[in-house]
Amino acid sequence: MNTSNVKKIFLLCALAASSAVLAVEGDVSDSDRIAQYREMISDGNPADFDEMNGAELWKKVAGPKQATLEKCDLGKGAGVVKGAYAELPRYFKDTQKVQDLESRLLTCMTTLQGIPEEEITAKPFSSDKRKSDISALATYVVGQSKGIKMAVSLKHPKEKEAYEIGKRVFNYRAGPYDFACSTCHATSNVRIRMQDLPNFHVKKDAQDAYSSWPAYRVSQGLTRSFQWRLNDCFRQQRFPEPKFVSEVTVALTMYLAVSANGAEYAGPGLKR
Amino acid sequence: MGNPMKIRAAAKDGVTEVKILMQHEMETGLRKEADGTLVPAWFITEVKAQHLGRTVLEAQFGQSISKNPYLLFRFKGGAVGEKITVSWVDNKGDKREDEAVIGA
Repeated sequence: MNTSNVKKIFLLCALAASSAVLAVEGDVSDSDRIAQYREMISDGNPADFDEMNGAELWKKVAGPKQATLEKCDLGKGAGVVKGAYAELPRYFKDTQKVQDLESRLLTCMTTLQGIPEEEITAKPFSSDKRKSDISALATYVVGQSKGIKMAVSLKHPKEKEAYEIGKRVFNYRAGPYDFACSTCHATSNVRIRMQDLPNFHVKKDAQDAYSSWPAYRVSQGLTRSFQWRLNDCFRQQRFPEPKFVSEVTVALTMYLAVSANGAEYAGPGLKR
Repeated sequence: MGNPMKIRAAAKDGVTEVKILMQHEMETGLRKEADGTLVPAWFITEVKAQHLGRTVLEAQFGQSISKNPYLLFRFKGGAVGEKITVSWVDNKGDKREDEAVIGA
């Protein structure tokens, strides 16, 4: 074999190798690439700043009653934050209703600190101009459930009732587009533009979706709470805007949270 | 004075990996308010990282960098317990400097 043949063979091998690499790269789906990107920036989630801010607000004296939220009962006893979110929503004896995290925070802010409810619910979500305290507090609380298994109870009849209402809301078709949550979230392997849509009838999908909210939205530069997530879902369905922490949003949260039971809570997440 | 950065640094096999999360609006100067007025440009222009007085990274930032920038880099050297200092300057002359101790 002369030198030029050796060179040719070498060249062929090199070409084969490079095309193999290309083929492998081509097989990586967009969602895998997004997963890689998430992995890369997982230590750089700006929601951390909202967590820090929320932790400070939790200990800060505020409202007409000049009190902190350190005695707030999130379901695991007064002041217990660790793991509280993994068991929410739940039934609360004092208010006699099923409450999600934000609704419970609202209760604490109004009862412990004496802040008028309207003052908080008028603008419950963050915007470019104004950061929402209740969203920051929620970000702090959820962060204290990181790595804890979701275990939302359906023992109390009211909890069961909320779950059933939530399930119906999920499947309720209405609005000018005749949309339901299930229109987009009850089929596997569908997406809206680049985003894979979770199928809530599949346990893993429901777990991955629920356990990654609240989340920092890179495109908005803001950390978004779960109430915001649902509010925006209603908007996308062209439904009337739901009231902040209304029964319907809490019921829907209950349904989604129970669907995610058993998942290791991984929020606050990071989204496009 | 800007908001604090979050810095994490870990040394492994003679290489230190540094992760920096900065808090900054990073306005491009091209965005408009609802009423049409231009939002003035406001962004980090320079980032510098130092390890024991030696500059290990120097970067020029511009408008194309996202809000709350995240930066990851590695440098040769560095040991557990040593300090790393990161600072930035923005186009309004605002400055911020934070420190972190290198972990394992």
